[in-house]
Amino acid sequence: MCGICGCSQPGKINKLQPVSGRVHQHDHDHDHGHHHHDAERLIKVEQDLLSKNNAYAGQNRTYFQQHNIFTLNLVSSPGAGKTTLLVETIKVLKDRFPIAVIEGDQQTEHDADRIRATGVPALQINTGRACHLDAHGIGHAIQELGVQANSLLAIENVGNLVCPSSFDLGEAHKVVVLSVTEGDDKPLKYPDMFHAADLMIINKTDLLPYVDFDVERCINYARQVNPDIQIIQLSSTKGDNFSAWTDWLAGHVKLEA
Amino acid sequence: MARSYEVIGFKSTALHGTGIAMHELSLLENVREILENHALSQNFNKVTQVTLEIGKLSSVEPDALRFGFDVVMKDSLAENAELIISDIAGLGVCRQCGLQFELETSHDPCPHCASPFVKIIQGAEMKIKDLIVI
Repeated sequence: MCGICGCSQPGKINKLQPVSGRVHQHDHDHDHGHHHHDAERLIKVEQDLLSKNNAYAGQNRTYFQQHNIFTLNLVSSPGAGKTTLLVETIKVLKDRFPIAVIEGDQQTEHDADRIRATGVPALQINTGRACHLDAHGIGHAIQELGVQANSLLAIENVGNLVCPSSFDLGEAHKVVVLSVTEGDDKPLKYPDMFHAADLMIINKTDLLPYVDFDVERCINYARQVNPDIQIIQLSSTKGDNFSAWTDWLAGHVKLEA
Repeated sequence: MARSYEVIGFKSTALHGTGIAMHELSLLENVREILENHALSQNFNKVTQVTLEIGKLSSVEPDALRFGFDVVMKDSLAENAELIISDIAGLGVCRQCGLQFELETSHDPCPHCASPFVKIIQGAEMKIKDLIVI
């Protein structure tokens, strides 16, 4: 059984069956237009559609705070360079504090294998047809990974600039990675994600001479949808300005004596 | 070894092979689960109408909800239920001048002082308002 949520996964969650022995009540007016049944009644629900995910995210966040785990949720389009960013980050920082990674992809173990090759623990979650990670799966993953206290946990979400924006995983910050081989208008095209992120990394800056990407315009667009967003420009593969990012991270991971 | 934790909302076998993957399905699966929980606590076994309130600034596409509703509710106590989606307007308060105004998008600047620093106070919600049940 899962220590955080108490569910019985990896077994299937039992579906609740409709109850028998219905109660016949008739205590409201029918002013709506559909076919009238004798036993119909109105039930107020007023419940958020994300309430279940948000409850799990709250549990994860409490766990991270209690164990001093600084957690990031990395989001981007497919191919923006999240995994390479993480691999290079781990090389720089792994001797300073423990790092663990949760990888989300629809299929394959490739990304987790790349992370493990650096010597840090990684768990791959395959979401199947799903287009995002959710807080429930993360709760299981942190138990299974045995994430150390006083550490950095990076969650690499499924490459998708739409769906993951709605699903809080319990992270301290969402970090959106945008590479210069994509359009500089991505922040306007996918505003929900750039609105939800606290930090934007403009990646692959070494390719700027070869692509039609206006950095200043991109930054203006990002600030238009999120005036508080922080921005770091870097190249993971060439190392340009990479210390701005690793310094930002190191400044947030508080090591307790 | 890779883990395949069930992502909330991608359990419906009816979706297998359809190629449908969108976060609205996760949300609809939550709707279904909330209905099932209420069926136990409030003693009903059929839902004939579901009313959702969807804020204009939420990342939910009402058409996608309508599209997925029948598929996700199939074989549940809400099979064939009517879906009503009620829109909630976006509302913001300017963090510079305090003006309250209607938002069309989550990043509209203040119409008075043009500040981009606007706090959303309404329109991000997505919830089940009520049900009609038997």
